[in-house]
Amino acid sequence: MSLGGGERREELTAPPADRLGAIESGVGTDEWVARVDERRAAQKGIGGAIARWWERTPPFARLVVLLGPFAIFPFITNSGNLYRYGLLTLIYALLALGLNVVVGFAGLLDLGYVAFFGFGAYLYGIMASGHSGHHLQAEIAIPIVVVATGLLGLLLGLTSWRLIGDYLAIVTLFFLQAFVIFVNNANGGLNDFSYPFVGKVDLTGGANGLDQIDPLNFFGWKIHTTKGYYFYTLIALALLMIMLFFVNGSRTGRAWRALREDPLAAEVMSVPVNRLKLLAFIFGAATAGFTGTIYGAVQGGAFPGDYDVGLLITIYAIAILGGLGSIGGVVVGALIVNGAPELLRSSSNARYLFYGVLLLALFVALRPWYKPVIVLVGTIAFGYAVHGIASLVWSRGTAGHISGAGGFGDALEHWVLLPSRAGSLAGWAYFALVTAALVLTLVRGWWRVVVLIPTLYLAAFVWENKLVEQVSGATRLILLGALLVVIMNVRPSGIFGTARVEIV
Amino acid sequence: MNWSLFFGELVSGLTLGSIYALIALGYTMVYGILKLLNFAHGDVYMVGAFIGFFILQWLGGPLNPVVTGWAAVAIMFVVAMLGCGALGVGIERFAYRRLRDAPRIAPLISALGVSIFLQNSALLLWGPQFRDYDTFDLVGVKSYHIGRNFFISNIQILTISVSIGLTIVLGLVVSRTRTGKAMRATSFDRDAAEMMGISIDRVISFTFFLGSALAAAAGVMFGLVFGQIFSLMGFTAGLKGFTAAVVGGIGSIPGAVLGGFLIGLTEAFATGYLPGGSVYANLYVFALLIIMFLIRPSGLLGSPAIQKV
Repeated sequence: MSLGGGERREELTAPPADRLGAIESGVGTDEWVARVDERRAAQKGIGGAIARWWERTPPFARLVVLLGPFAIFPFITNSGNLYRYGLLTLIYALLALGLNVVVGFAGLLDLGYVAFFGFGAYLYGIMASGHSGHHLQAEIAIPIVVVATGLLGLLLGLTSWRLIGDYLAIVTLFFLQAFVIFVNNANGGLNDFSYPFVGKVDLTGGANGLDQIDPLNFFGWKIHTTKGYYFYTLIALALLMIMLFFVNGSRTGRAWRALREDPLAAEVMSVPVNRLKLLAFIFGAATAGFTGTIYGAVQGGAFPGDYDVGLLITIYAIAILGGLGSIGGVVVGALIVNGAPELLRSSSNARYLFYGVLLLALFVALRPWYKPVIVLVGTIAFGYAVHGIASLVWSRGTAGHISGAGGFGDALEHWVLLPSRAGSLAGWAYFALVTAALVLTLVRGWWRVVVLIPTLYLAAFVWENKLVEQVSGATRLILLGALLVVIMNVRPSGIFGTARVEIV
Repeated sequence: MNWSLFFGELVSGLTLGSIYALIALGYTMVYGILKLLNFAHGDVYMVGAFIGFFILQWLGGPLNPVVTGWAAVAIMFVVAMLGCGALGVGIERFAYRRLRDAPRIAPLISALGVSIFLQNSALLLWGPQFRDYDTFDLVGVKSYHIGRNFFISNIQILTISVSIGLTIVLGLVVSRTRTGKAMRATSFDRDAAEMMGISIDRVISFTFFLGSALAAAAGVMFGLVFGQIFSLMGFTAGLKGFTAAVVGGIGSIPGAVLGGFLIGLTEAFATGYLPGGSVYANLYVFALLIIMFLIRPSGLLGSPAIQKV
């Protein structure tokens, strides 16, 4: 008998390790459940403790923990900050909640979602603004908007009957593009459609936007402060979160999850797949339309540039960062995605945030503790060395100044190269930085430490010479785009998510 | 009937169509092998157009290039295609490879991230302004006319013929070479192909290289035909390229070309003849996509997908 045969027989007699675990966990306990419990108990340190505490907390208390700070926030800040950090975060959170139903619960990749948001704002503007000349009360206009957006969602959702996965994604994305083209041109101008019965009408104000939208006006009570809108949105968000919590556990919610996990199996189990898809689309669209009325009223106008792919990416980043399918995660995601770039608006804040996040990432990602210390010391030394050499041989390279910065900025001026005309050099450096970051993912062990030092210095160079110019525009979206790729590659379920999401 | 308008739209439709066809080929090949919708493809096309532009500047600009005009055009095509091919391989390596067996939503979102990253990197580095190819100064545009109403310029002839030529080359690569056979095998059944000794990683990288190179050629063509490029041109072109691939039947190479010409002609004739066409041409293309999905979801030349359980 050959040696190979003997080995095979041995393999047959010894049960595989994971089966053994299942047997030990006792009769009647699911193997999968046992493994999840094990993994949960294995989470060590502060993170694990917080996660376990969070799971023990009753749902209502979770809501208070998540939204409580939001209720206090208006009393400790001024109106400008309340709008930028508070109200916009809440609006984003509302939008991401609606998206969560479509993508997270039902697993339909809807890339036209932002169009519903815009549709809500424009429709409210048409019914109540100085631009259109109608002034409907909000208690009449908002239900009309919600129903109309829901119907539009129904129409777009109908395509999901025949299209699966990627096809649905592209059709919805094209739908968003069509919406943007339409609102950009439907101003009754020379090239516009001539509608039957009414002829040419100015619907959206074209590229200039639909202006003079009325503030929300309920039964004669007008909301006219940012604080008012803030609390109105906060209440709406809380109600929606409570509602989704119950929907999630209901028959419909469970059916959505079944649809998301395996549409074919769900259909075989007589789950009405098509009806559920439509329901998810309608729900998401109505939420977005409702949020649109708030945004339109707060802005006092609806402008085509607001409802574009940039916003779509932002909302997706929020929903994914929070974890698709997680209700509470959306609030945290909105805080991170809206809060961080808003801090980026002033360049000195942005500088602290940038270096702070780099430092934090360094200490979180590199273990054991001495490696990040070596990298940090190495990078600082490397920077001074490069700066010293450059000041001898290339005087233009150190000629620039950091504008409007304190002691930290002064220290940076002696460390990072600041050429007087950075132009194309910074462009090449950006290219090199992206390459170096990609190389970093390929190398292991001590090589990573070695590559990391010049990469970090390059990052600082590119930041000071190029990225800092456009922190609220291109830089923000570059970082969001990179974030999406990194999260998908490292942790596809998002930071707070546990669900495996499958599109249908 | 106004024949000069008709022929004008016909020629511009064919020109647009040949650009869309090249973009659609990249979509259809990647989709055929990975079942992945590569959102970043439109932005690769944009990068191709910019590489062509910078090569032109490096050669001395359109007014006094160091080589003759047509040689400059040839160098632009070659360098843009090689550069974008490398970019495509890099995108696959770093954004998609780890996600091959992940739930299908993960690579799609990753692709969306790559797309927005490329688009805004271009915005950051090259700004939002238009860049001029100055085709007139570069090669001297000539217009030939056949009969009284049929006009076609040498650039349009170049675009259409290069597009058809590249498609034929691609068709030969896929149907006649060993690598092409490996591509077809991978597309048919990835696991089985791997067991037969085909290096899946290499085949997929090669597919991305070919697709991205074709997109780059389309980008340079766009610059030559319309004279201007800008950093946000990739998004809409990508959407239309995908529409073309779907209309022709995704996964089918002749289908992508047919779809490309159909989309180009639809856009051109919608601009000329339909109400509001000059601003709403894209809406009519969208309507065509929806109608196509309703009538024949597998496309003109595609075979219906069989869902395996």
